[in-house]
Amino acid sequence: MGPLVPFIISNEFNLIIALIAGIGFGFVLEQAGFSSTKKLVGLFYGYDFTVLKVFFTAGVTAMIGVLLLAQWGLLDLSLIYINPTFLWSALLGGAIMGVGFIIGGFCPGTSICAASIGKLDGLAFVLGGGLGVIVFAEGYPLVKNIYLSEAWGGVLMNEMLGMSKITFAFLLTTVALIAFYLTGLLENRVNGIPTAVNKKKKIIYASSIGFAFVVLAVIAFFPDSKNRMEARINKNVVQKDFTSASVPADKLASEIVNNYYQINIIDVRDTAAFRVYHLPFAINIPYAKMADRQWEKILDQKHKINYFYADDQQVAAKAYLLAGYLGSAENYILSGSAINFRKLFSNLTSPGAEANKSEIDTYNFRQKAATDMKMLVNALKNSSEPVIAKTTKIKGGC
Amino acid sequence: MNPYLAGFLLGLVLLGTIYVTGRGLGASGAVKSVVLSTVVKVAPGHAANTPFIKSYSEEHPDGPLKDWLVFEVIGVIIGAFFSGVISNRVGIKLERGPNITNRTRIIAAIIGGAFFGFGSQLGRGCTSGAALSGMAVMSFGGLITMVAIFGSGYAFAWFFRKLWLK
Repeated sequence: MGPLVPFIISNEFNLIIALIAGIGFGFVLEQAGFSSTKKLVGLFYGYDFTVLKVFFTAGVTAMIGVLLLAQWGLLDLSLIYINPTFLWSALLGGAIMGVGFIIGGFCPGTSICAASIGKLDGLAFVLGGGLGVIVFAEGYPLVKNIYLSEAWGGVLMNEMLGMSKITFAFLLTTVALIAFYLTGLLENRVNGIPTAVNKKKKIIYASSIGFAFVVLAVIAFFPDSKNRMEARINKNVVQKDFTSASVPADKLASEIVNNYYQINIIDVRDTAAFRVYHLPFAINIPYAKMADRQWEKILDQKHKINYFYADDQQVAAKAYLLAGYLGSAENYILSGSAINFRKLFSNLTSPGAEANKSEIDTYNFRQKAATDMKMLVNALKNSSEPVIAKTTKIKGGC
Repeated sequence: MNPYLAGFLLGLVLLGTIYVTGRGLGASGAVKSVVLSTVVKVAPGHAANTPFIKSYSEEHPDGPLKDWLVFEVIGVIIGAFFSGVISNRVGIKLERGPNITNRTRIIAAIIGGAFFGFGSQLGRGCTSGAALSGMAVMSFGGLITMVAIFGSGYAFAWFFRKLWLK
């Protein structure tokens, strides 16, 4: 599941990715004609709206793509970089950039493109940009208050408007189309020549618009991969027989005593219940969080056997099924609940004199296992503390 | 290239970048990285006394050669140059409005660049990093930055029309 960095692609190789992404970025910007300042400022004087067309099409395409990848379960939206909102600095900074745009005729990306193909004004703009950065760095104490005020964090547009992501996507796509149409009219008026749109072009435009809305509709009306998985689990948990996947408490206890280093004991209850009591060496992965990136190393590996338990047998079974979808580890369920396990291995009362041999054996076994587990937990205290894995939030932005 | 096709391709580049790296594209950050690292190299004592540069170099101990955006911008230069070559647009040139001299154009470009450089630091990103990449992930901050950039461009267009129009 994406993003691939840093889990699948290392941070070092990421720099090569940056180079490749940059080549694509620079190529398209230049092909769009953005190395020409006349084309860029045309936006502000109404004679050329190429910037708006390219910019809006790119934004809408990427936005729909991000939603589609998320729906397919290919991209984890909780990990991608969201530009944080600092209200005043965003507005004031944007306003200053607008002035720079109309005086200089470029923005940073396009000036670099222009400089790359030998435009001296582009190069001058890049140098000016460096100058502006120095001025900002030197004058930082003066603007610090504005720079840091109204920090809202990574809020999203749809949250601000109180709508779902997909509704906002519909809205923005529609706004883009209206803008394309109206600016087209304006362009014709300012230039005094209507641009002829031939039949072939009309068909291509219409089908592209149709395609965009079909994709949006698919995202809106089909259940996403998470819901599909949930539905499958709910169906299987009733239908499937878990006998072969279930392990009795005694067996698990003996695994803990003898093979603790070859097994993961996974508590899928919530953190509060985990804190009150958990099995020796247990890791807490609440059921709702099992799909999180940080647990991939536990759920998708071939070295250790995973044992799932909860208070409710059905929850443990669901966790078992989910683990099967999420990874290729060998999984089992503990029969009975956490409470049951606790009962069996603490405060043991010795069987009476009339007990038969098997009862005495069981008692002896549990007694020994309980002591051994306690000893092991104490001996391995440091290494058996549940490891808190951190999910790295990706850094980005300019 | 047809602007909508270019936009679609740009959107795919951006989408691919987000899918692989979890972050969008940028430009001004690379300028910042190079400039501030140069200040650190040339005047380390001064850099240590300037809070903004100090916190920047603490956050980026590896310098510009390990900065994602610097690599990306090196790619931009290669990609744009390649595009220029195949479209026959490479060559030393200066583009300006019909009523101004080359000198005015260069000065205006430097001043405009300086405004943009300053604004992009204050606004935490430029048209690429804040506006375009922000739109793709529906960031509120990115979108208001975009509105501010283009809104202010329109607001000031009339005052600077002599730079561009007949």
